[in-house]
Formats: sequence, C-alpha cells, structure tokens
Amino acid sequence: MIPITHYLILSALLFSVGAAGVIISRNLIIVFMSIELMLNAANLSIIAFSRYLNLMDGHVFVFLVLTVAAAEAAVGLAIIITIFRRRGSINVDHFNLLKR
Amino acid sequence: MVLDVVIFYAAAVIAVFGAVMMIMQRNPVASVMYMIVSLVAQAILYIQLNAMFVGALLIIVYAGAILVLFLFVIMLLNLRGERFEGERPKMSLAAKYFLVVIFFLEVAMIVREMAFTGPISGIMTAAPAGFGDVKPVAEILFTKYIYPFELTSVLLLVAIVGAVIMAKREKTGETEETL
Repeated sequence: MIPITHYLILSALLFSVGAAGVIISRNLIIVFMSIELMLNAANLSIIAFSRYLNLMDGHVFVFLVLTVAAAEAAVGLAIIITIFRRRGSINVDHFNLLKR
Repeated sequence: MVLDVVIFYAAAVIAVFGAVMMIMQRNPVASVMYMIVSLVAQAILYIQLNAMFVGALLIIVYAGAILVLFLFVIMLLNLRGERFEGERPKMSLAAKYFLVVIFFLEVAMIVREMAFTGPISGIMTAAPAGFGDVKPVAEILFTKYIYPFELTSVLLLVAIVGAVIMAKREKTGETEETL
C-alpha cells in the first residue's frame, strides 16, 4: 500500500503547478484551467484521506466539489466570453480596470 | 504490491507532466488536451484509492463536459496561440517561479510534519468490501448528505441563469461586433 503521505505530496505538487499557472500564464483561459487543476489537487487529497479513514463521506464531498467546478466553469467561461467581446483580448494584464 | 507502486508512480508522473505541459502551452487547445491527460492520470489514482465511482465521474464530468466546454469557448472566440511579447510583465518570471517553489516547499513541510509526528501514521489499512462503489456512496449521498445534494441543484440552476445572462449579446448600443 502507498502511504497517504505520497498522495498528499502529489496533491501539493499538483496544487503548486496550478498556482504556478495562475501566476505565470497570461492567457485567461489557461489561468482558468489552472484554477480547475487546483480544485482537482484538493480533491485528490480528500479522496486519499477518505480512503485512509475508510469513510466514504469524502467521496460525497468530491462529488459536490465537481458540481461546483462545473458551475464555476459555466459562469467563468461566460465571463471570459463577455470580456473578450468587450475588449478583444484575453490577456490577463489588460484587465486592470479595478486598479486605476 | 509492487504493481501498486508502479501504477502510483506512473500515474503521478503523468499527472504532474500533463499539468506542467498545460501551463506551458501557448495554444489553448493543446493546453486543454494536456489537462485531459492529467485528469485521466488522476482518475487512475482515484481508482487505486478505491474511489471507483468518483474516478468515473471525474472522467465523465471533467474530460467529457467541462473541458469540452472550454474547447467550445476557445473555438467560439477563435483563439490561436497568442503572443503577449509586446508588454513586459510587472514581475520577472524567475521571481514567479521562486514564489511557486517556496509555496510547494511550505505545503510539503506541513504534510511531512503532520505525517511523521502527528496522529496520522500514514499507513493505509485494507479497504472494506465495496468501498467507494456506486451503491454505498449513493446511500450516504441520499441519506446523510441529502440537503447539500438538493442545494446542489439550486447551485446549478443559478449557474445556468448566470451563464446565460452573462454571455447574452446585448441588444442596444455597441454596433461593433467582435464575435
């Protein structure tokens, strides 16, 4: 059996890659996918703990998180479409209205 | 036992590889494809952790629905590998990588401390029969967590309405059509 630590480290690694995508990438769609990746990394550690404690409640949480991710994708992509329509770009650096 | 370790490391390497390639791509379509690679590897890990149902759900919902939605949007916006060379980012790339590595080391240290000195020994025991199958998960979902489950439908409804309103083309003004 693989110890739970391995899964947690892998989850941390995936989360860090997702955070790296959010910080580094300047393409709004890739930033958004990185956020989804971070959600998935959290899911992996939930599943690992669920297996470790032999409780299936974690599976239900992951189910709910998947639903939230789907809702988030729908709304987020709608926002991306609106932004692109208004500004003609999906470069994250161009969206600085709130900073002015 | 050995097979377990091999599967774990193979899936872990593929998952991280797919994730890294995803954020490195310039073309968003290729990025989505690498995300699917990463997700399938993660689904393998789920199944290795006896989470059959959730693993299948991950592939169906994520690779089958959410990422296809991403592809639709990318093709709708007609995005190609855009180059953002003109303007300089405010923060240098090295500094960003440095931040991310520091972040990972912090999380890894937390995991290490927790696993080796805390109440968690880290060794998994054998799973009970039927752990993570559809029926037991559904039994919990429809009894203990029935209210969160019902609230999910409200969440989805709100998301649908929000997405439609947000992406709807405005009737008045704005003669220039970028789409």
